[in-house]
Amino acid sequence: MRKAWLLAAVAAFALSGAAEAKTLKWGAGREIASLDPYSYGETFTLSVLNHVYEGLVRYTGDLKIEPALAQSWETVTPTTWRFHLRKGVTFHNGDPFTADDVLASLARVSDDASPLKGNLPAYKSSRKIDDYTVEIEVNGPYPLLLNDLTNIFIFDKKWLEANNALKPTDVGKGVTGYPTDHANGTGPFMVESRQPDARTVFVKNPGWWDKPQHNIDRIEFMPIASSSTRVAALLSGEIDYTNVAPLQDLPRLKASPEVKVLQTNELRSVFFALNLRDKLFESDVKDKNPFKDIRVREALYRAIDIDAVQKRAMRGLSRNTGALVAPAIPGYDPSQDARPSFDLGAAKKLLAEAGYPNGFSFQMNCQSDALVNEEEFCQAVASMWARAGLKPNLSMAPRAQQTPKRTRGDFDVISFGWANEPMIDAYSLLVQVIHSKSGTAGVFNWGNWGDPKVDALIDQAGVELDTPKRVALMKQALKLVKDETLFIPLHQQPMAWAMRANVETMVQASDNKPRLWLTRLK
Amino acid sequence: MPAFLLKRFLNAAGVMLAVAFLAFLSFRFVGDPVDLMLNEQASQQQRDELRAHLGLDKGFALQFATFVKNAAQGDFGISYRNQQDVFALISERFPATFELVLVATFLSLAIGIPLGVYTAIRRESLLAKALQFGSVLGVSLPSFALGIMLILVFSVTLQWLPAFGRGEVVKLGWWSTGFLTPSGRAALILPGITLSVFQVTLVMRLVRAEMLETMRTDFIRFARARGLPARSIHFGHALRNCLMPVITVTGLQIGNLIAFALVTETVFQWPGMGMLFVQAVTFVDIPVMAAYLIIVSFIFVALNTLVDLTYAWVDPRLREDALSGAANAR
Amino acid sequence: MPADTATTVTADAAPASGRIRRFLDSDIGWSFRKTPAAWISALVLTLLIVTAFLAPLIAAQNPYDLSQIFIDKAEIPPIWQEGGEWPFLLGTDPQGRDVLSAILYGSRISLIIGFAAVLVSMLIGVGVGLLAGFHGGRIDNLLMRLGDTVLSIPTLLMAILVSAVFRGLLPPELRDPFAAMVLVLAISLTNWVQYARVVRALTMVERRKEYVLAARIIHVPAARIMLRHILPNTLTPVLVSATLNLGLAILSEATLSFLGVGMPITQPSLGTLIRIGNQYLFSGSWWLVVFPSLQLGLIVLSVNLLGDWLRDALNPKLR
Repeated sequence: MRKAWLLAAVAAFALSGAAEAKTLKWGAGREIASLDPYSYGETFTLSVLNHVYEGLVRYTGDLKIEPALAQSWETVTPTTWRFHLRKGVTFHNGDPFTADDVLASLARVSDDASPLKGNLPAYKSSRKIDDYTVEIEVNGPYPLLLNDLTNIFIFDKKWLEANNALKPTDVGKGVTGYPTDHANGTGPFMVESRQPDARTVFVKNPGWWDKPQHNIDRIEFMPIASSSTRVAALLSGEIDYTNVAPLQDLPRLKASPEVKVLQTNELRSVFFALNLRDKLFESDVKDKNPFKDIRVREALYRAIDIDAVQKRAMRGLSRNTGALVAPAIPGYDPSQDARPSFDLGAAKKLLAEAGYPNGFSFQMNCQSDALVNEEEFCQAVASMWARAGLKPNLSMAPRAQQTPKRTRGDFDVISFGWANEPMIDAYSLLVQVIHSKSGTAGVFNWGNWGDPKVDALIDQAGVELDTPKRVALMKQALKLVKDETLFIPLHQQPMAWAMRANVETMVQASDNKPRLWLTRLK
Repeated sequence: MPAFLLKRFLNAAGVMLAVAFLAFLSFRFVGDPVDLMLNEQASQQQRDELRAHLGLDKGFALQFATFVKNAAQGDFGISYRNQQDVFALISERFPATFELVLVATFLSLAIGIPLGVYTAIRRESLLAKALQFGSVLGVSLPSFALGIMLILVFSVTLQWLPAFGRGEVVKLGWWSTGFLTPSGRAALILPGITLSVFQVTLVMRLVRAEMLETMRTDFIRFARARGLPARSIHFGHALRNCLMPVITVTGLQIGNLIAFALVTETVFQWPGMGMLFVQAVTFVDIPVMAAYLIIVSFIFVALNTLVDLTYAWVDPRLREDALSGAANAR
Repeated sequence: MPADTATTVTADAAPASGRIRRFLDSDIGWSFRKTPAAWISALVLTLLIVTAFLAPLIAAQNPYDLSQIFIDKAEIPPIWQEGGEWPFLLGTDPQGRDVLSAILYGSRISLIIGFAAVLVSMLIGVGVGLLAGFHGGRIDNLLMRLGDTVLSIPTLLMAILVSAVFRGLLPPELRDPFAAMVLVLAISLTNWVQYARVVRALTMVERRKEYVLAARIIHVPAARIMLRHILPNTLTPVLVSATLNLGLAILSEATLSFLGVGMPITQPSLGTLIRIGNQYLFSGSWWLVVFPSLQLGLIVLSVNLLGDWLRDALNPKLR
C-alpha cells in the first residue's frame, strides 16, 4: 500500500514537468525580498520585479536606454526634464496609467522612510502638466537622471490609495504595507501567487502595451540558495532555468545533453583596495604604512599570477583586466586595460628596494558570499603574496560580518567589486568609491585612498552635461588612479546562466539581469 | 499544587527572559544591517539616518527594554529584509517546519518502537546485534552529511524524489499543507528521513532499555510463571509499560527537532522557520532572528512545563525534581 | 592543551605495559577482550588520534602555510583515479590543497575541540554539582535554576547564540585565532548541566553518610571533603557520560562549522571541509565531500561504540 503510494508520488512528480505547456521554472540563487520594489534597494529583487512593474525608461538587451512608460522626453532647463507618457497603458487591475501615477510613485520613492530614496539622488520635485505630461526637477545639473529612472518602477495611484499604501513601508516605525505581498504593475507578467521562500508564480499579462517577444504563459520562481541543490534540480528537470550556475559545475552542466549554458562577463570589475591611512591596521610594521610606497603597491600587483587565478580560481571564465571599469561602461579606456606582467622576481626586488626584503604582515579581508568565487581567488592571491615574502593574514567571513569592519576601515587589503549599477557609468565608481570622503561623495572610500587631483576631475565630471567631455574627464581621472596603482585590478567577474533544452532563446546582458520578456520556450 | 504551578510558571518566564537577553546580546555582534539595506548609491547621511531610524544608535539597555516590552505583546517588529510583520512571517513558515517534524516523529515511533522491541526480545540474535550497531551508526552520522548523500542517491542518480522544497502545497486557512498533493508528499520523504534518523535510534534504544528493565520486574515474572504466552507478555504488559517514557521523551524532543530542523532545512531548502532564521543571519535581519529564537524557545519551554505539570499531577513525588532534563539528550 | 587532552584519551589505549596487563585481567578488561566492537573501535580510534596529532610529521603538506599551496595543482583526483598525482593520495581541493593533509589537520582540530569541550563541561558540571549537592539550600537552588535555563534552550540554538556572543566580545582580529576556543566554550556551556545533575544527586547521597558527617565534625574543610572523599565516588558515571558526550561534542562542532558559524576556512575542521566540499558535489570532485565525511563518521562511530561498551560494562544491569 505504502509502496504503491510512493510510486504514484514519484510518477506524478516525474510527469508534472511535461504536463504544463509554456511554463518556465526558474531556480534562483535567493528569494526576492518583497513584491514592493520600493522596499529593499537590491539589484536582484528589482530585476525580478521588473517583470511586473516598469519604469518610465528601460534598458534594452544590449543596455541602451529606450522608452518604456514614457514615450519621449526633453530637458526644458538644465535642471528640469519633461516626460511625455505613453497612452493606452493599463495596470494589471485595469486602471489606466496617467501622470498622477507617476507623481504618486515619485512621492512614495522619495519619502524620507523609503529605502530607495538613494536610488534617485538628484530628485527635487515633480509636477503634472497634463494627464500625459510630467516634469521632474533635479537639484542641480545631473546627467544621469534617465539611468536612475530605469530602476524607479511606477505604481497605480488609485490602488495605492485604496490599500492605504501611498507611503512606503517603514522599518523603523514598524509600518508594513499592502504592496509587500500584492502587486499591480504594468509589466509583461502578473503575480498569481506567492509563498515566500518556496514559490512565486507569475502569469502572462495579456493586455501588455508592448508587443510580446516572449511566449511564456507562466513563470514559477523558486529560490534555491544551495548551489549544489540548484544544480541537482536543473539536471533532474525540477527547474528549467537558473540565473546563477556555479562556475565549478559548468563542465558537468555543459556535458549534459539536456542543459545549455550561457556565459559571459558581468559589468562588475573586481580589484583589491588598500588601507592608505598613516598606519596599517594589523601588521608587524607599527610606525608607518608600507602601502603608501608605490613600489610596495606595484610589488603586490606584480606578484599576482593572474593567469593562474583566471584558470583555476575562476575556472577560465573571468576576463583579466587592468582597468577598474568594464568595457561596456562609459569611462572605460582600452589603453588602461593592460596589466604589468606577472614577475615574482621583480615583485621581490621592489619590496627590497622599498625596505622590506623580508616582507611584512598585513590583514586581508574577503567575504565568503559576495563576489563570484571570492573564497577561491582571495586564497589564491594570498598564497601568491606569501610566495613573494609577504605575510597576508586572510580573514574570510560572510558579507554581513565583514561589512562593518570594512566600513570602519579595520583592514589592510580588501576585495572589492563594483558594477556601476544601476547607473551603468564610471561616475558611479568615481564618486562613490574613489573620491575622498566629503559631503555625499566617497561613501565607499574606506581606506582613505583619495587624491585631490582625482577629486577635482570627478567634481568637474559631475556637473558636465556634454557626454563626450564628461567621459573624457572620467577617463583622465581613472588614468591618474592607474598610474598611482591606488588599486590592484584583478578581473571582470564571470556570470553563467544555465537552462534546459526547452528554453529556445534567452537574452543575457552583462548587467546579469534576467529579462524573461525576451525569452522563448519550445 | 497552586504554589507548584506558580513556581513552575515563574520559572518558565525567567527562562524566557534569559533567552531574550542572550539573544539580544548576540545581535549586537552579528553585523550591521544598514549597509545591506541600502544600495551602492546611498550617501553616508542616508546611512546614518537609517541607523537612527531603526533605533540602532540607542543604548543597549533601552533597546532591550523596548524589545522585551513589545515581544511580550507578540509584537516583534517588522523584518528589515522583507518589510513584513515578523510574527506573520514566522507563522507563515511554521506549517512547513511542523509538518517536517511531524513526519520525523511519526517515522521515529513507527520504526523505533518495533526495532526496540525486537532488539530487547531477541537480544542475542545476529539481527538484533546488527540493529544495535546500526543504532550507534545512526547517532554517529551527522545529519547534514546524511542529507547530502540521500540527495546524491535518490535525487541526482535515481531521480526518484525531489532534492529541494515542499512541492505543491494546499492552503487550509492560514495553514499550508504538503500532505494533500502527490508532489508535497514526495517532497517530505527525504527531509523527513534525514531529520528522523537520530530520533529513530533514540526511541529504539529507549524502548530496548525500558523493555529489558521491565522484563526483569516481578510482575512480568509472575506473568511468565502463570504461563501466559510470550507474545501477550511482551506486547500486552512489557511494551505497554514502557510506552509512557517513550511518549514523554518524544514530546520533549519535539522542541529539539524544531531547532534541529534548521540543519535539514538548510540542506533541502525547506521553506520553514529554520531556513528563515539562517537567511536572517546572512542578512542581519535582527527582528526575525530574535523572534525565531524566542518562539522556538517558547515552544520548548512550554512543552517542558506541560510535561512537568502532567507528571506532577500523575505522581506527586516528582513535584520537587522535575524531569525537564530528559529533553536535552542531544 | 593538546597534550593534556591527548593523555586523558590514550590512557585507555596505550599506557605502560604493566597497567595494560592489569587492565586486561580485570572484569572490565575481560569484557573488553570479549567485545570485538570495543577493541576494534579502540584500535581505530587510537589510529585516528595518533595520525591526527602527528599530522605535521606525516602530512604531505601544511595546509595552513599559504606558500606551500599551488593553485595549479587544484582539483587533482585521488591517486588511483586517472589524473591522480603523487603525493596527493586523496586528491586536492580547488585551491591545490592536499585533501589528506587537510583531513589530518582538520581531524586534529575536531578532536581537540571535542576533547576540550568535554573536559571543560565536565569541570564546570562537576564543580557546580559538588557545590550544589554539598551545600544545598539557596546555592543549590540558584545553580540548578541556572541549569534548567540552559536546558530550556535547544542545544543547537544555545551553541549558536553563545558562539555569536563570544565572537562578538573578541576584537575582530582575534576572532579567527580564537575560533576554536569560542567553539569549546559554546559547546561546553550547553553541555555541563547533565554532569552537574549526576554529581549533585550522588553528592547529596554521600553527604549524609557517616564518614562525611564525621569529617565535618572534626572540621575538615568543605573543599577537602568534596575533593578527597565525595568526588572519587562520582567519577565512574561522570566518565561514562563524558565518553558518550565526546561523540556529541565532535558532531556539534561539525554541525556548527557546516552551518558556517564554526571554524573559518583558513583553519578548516572536518565540518568546514564538508561544507566546502558540498559546493563541489556535482562538479565531479566527489572526493572533497566524501573523505572528510567518512573520517568524521569513523571518529564519532568509534567513540560512540567505545562509550556504549563502557556504559554497559560498568552497569551490568543493562547487559
